[in-house]
Amino acid sequence: MSVEQVRLAQVSKVFSVGRPPAPLHALGPVDLELNRGEFFAIVGPSGCGKSTLLELIAGLTPPTEGTIAFEGKPIAGEAPDGIGVVFQDDASLPWLNVADNVAFGLRRLDLPAVERSERVRNVLKLVGLSDFATSYPAQLSGGMRQRVCIARTLVMQPRLILLDEPFGALDQQTRLLMGDELLRLWRQTGATVFLITHALDEATMLADRIAVMSARPGRLVDFVETRWPRERDSRIIEHPEFGAITARLWKTLREESLKTIAQSSPGTDPALAYASRGAEPAP
Amino acid sequence: MTRLVVYRTLVIGGILALLEVLCLTGAIDKITMQAPHLMVRDLFRMLVSGRMNGAIVKTLSNTVVALLLALSIGIVVGAVLHRWRALRDTLDPLFATYYAVPVFAFYPFFIVVFGLGDLPQILIAFMLGVVAMIVNTLNGLDRVPPVLVKTARIMRLSQLDTALRVTLPAAAPHIVTGVKLAVAYAFIGVIGSEFIMSRGGIGYEISFAYTSFDNATMYPLIVLILLASVAINAVLSRWEQRLLVRRGMRQS
Repeated sequence: MSVEQVRLAQVSKVFSVGRPPAPLHALGPVDLELNRGEFFAIVGPSGCGKSTLLELIAGLTPPTEGTIAFEGKPIAGEAPDGIGVVFQDDASLPWLNVADNVAFGLRRLDLPAVERSERVRNVLKLVGLSDFATSYPAQLSGGMRQRVCIARTLVMQPRLILLDEPFGALDQQTRLLMGDELLRLWRQTGATVFLITHALDEATMLADRIAVMSARPGRLVDFVETRWPRERDSRIIEHPEFGAITARLWKTLREESLKTIAQSSPGTDPALAYASRGAEPAP
Repeated sequence: MTRLVVYRTLVIGGILALLEVLCLTGAIDKITMQAPHLMVRDLFRMLVSGRMNGAIVKTLSNTVVALLLALSIGIVVGAVLHRWRALRDTLDPLFATYYAVPVFAFYPFFIVVFGLGDLPQILIAFMLGVVAMIVNTLNGLDRVPPVLVKTARIMRLSQLDTALRVTLPAAAPHIVTGVKLAVAYAFIGVIGSEFIMSRGGIGYEISFAYTSFDNATMYPLIVLILLASVAINAVLSRWEQRLLVRRGMRQS
């Protein structure tokens, strides 16, 4: 029984770029429903508008056309309550220690001091940073800093968590382990997760449902359901279905990636341009 | 690190010893300069007698007033200009050439308008310091990572809270640079204008002692200014160092 939490209807975004300003159709039209509690992932070629889609849902930028609703209420360029975001770039505040970083958003809630420190303590335990409460971000590794940002998002108890390539800057092993942690947090919090990634295996391993985004202007061209059990971790990559799902994603994504290359170097054979750039093939 | 400290101490000690020898042997005559140990003795006597307390208090309080004005107005103007692109672009040439203009040239005009009180000196010191503060605040705000501003919006912080809790703290290392400059400029502004024309203050007393060949007053006052500015700068540098080490921008 799925309950709709987010609905995007015919959403598109046009930026005005350059001098003189010229319209750049970045995204859409996109129709998308997210169900409460599901783990949803989006893969797409770079520069296709994935992050724009996330910023639209987060209320960081208003859509040019169409409507976005979160829990039935429209979002129009204003961050709604109940949504948390973890960005790819390190967003920890270097002048605050880990506990103060995590408590950063709580001040607005006017909680009693006891409850506030209780919530910080719990969430630090959840992400495995209990021993680092008084450390400063500069003393932590990149993976730990990203966990600080995840903890800072979780402590607000969001009903929808948006993640924009949160593990993009981490090495492969750390990425897989962080994926396990993310699955565990998703189960424990019951929140809906919306994950943007360029790693096909990451999307396949983590998500209930995966959408492939096209080359710019980004549209959702394929939806894949993984049908994994809720109790799962990175060992799901051994599952016979894993390869089939990843292959299906890659089939669509490959075409769109080639289109993206063609967009950036017109007049060349996309496959050649791709190879001559020495771009690494996606896993 | 410790070796550097030894070298530096040796250089300073060597210069002082050389001066001491030159003064005591008469290579530098008494009318020109006193031996360093006499400067320190006279400074001690002067502070104990309290005869310069009025001048010291006047200079320090004027400097503090000018400094506080430069810091608060500099940060606020910097933050406003950062948001107000058109005004910033308009004022940009002014900031770029500001320190090419000797602000002291306006001092006689200020005296004509505001009289020979503390106000013209405070104004000169403020004018010298405020632009360093504005420019460094802008510089720091330009370098705030956009992801921190986005985080503030996700956390639904008001514009004021975003400035106070995110962008200004993020810009703090650059703002501290502005503070260091503003402190130096405030001292230069106040003491410099006391030299030119005033009715009191350390600069006035040095200038008065100089014209009356009173080396027993002039040199101790110079030493006092040196000690004060070095001490203030040391405190600010420590603060800056702590800030940078905490952010991993410098080794401890």
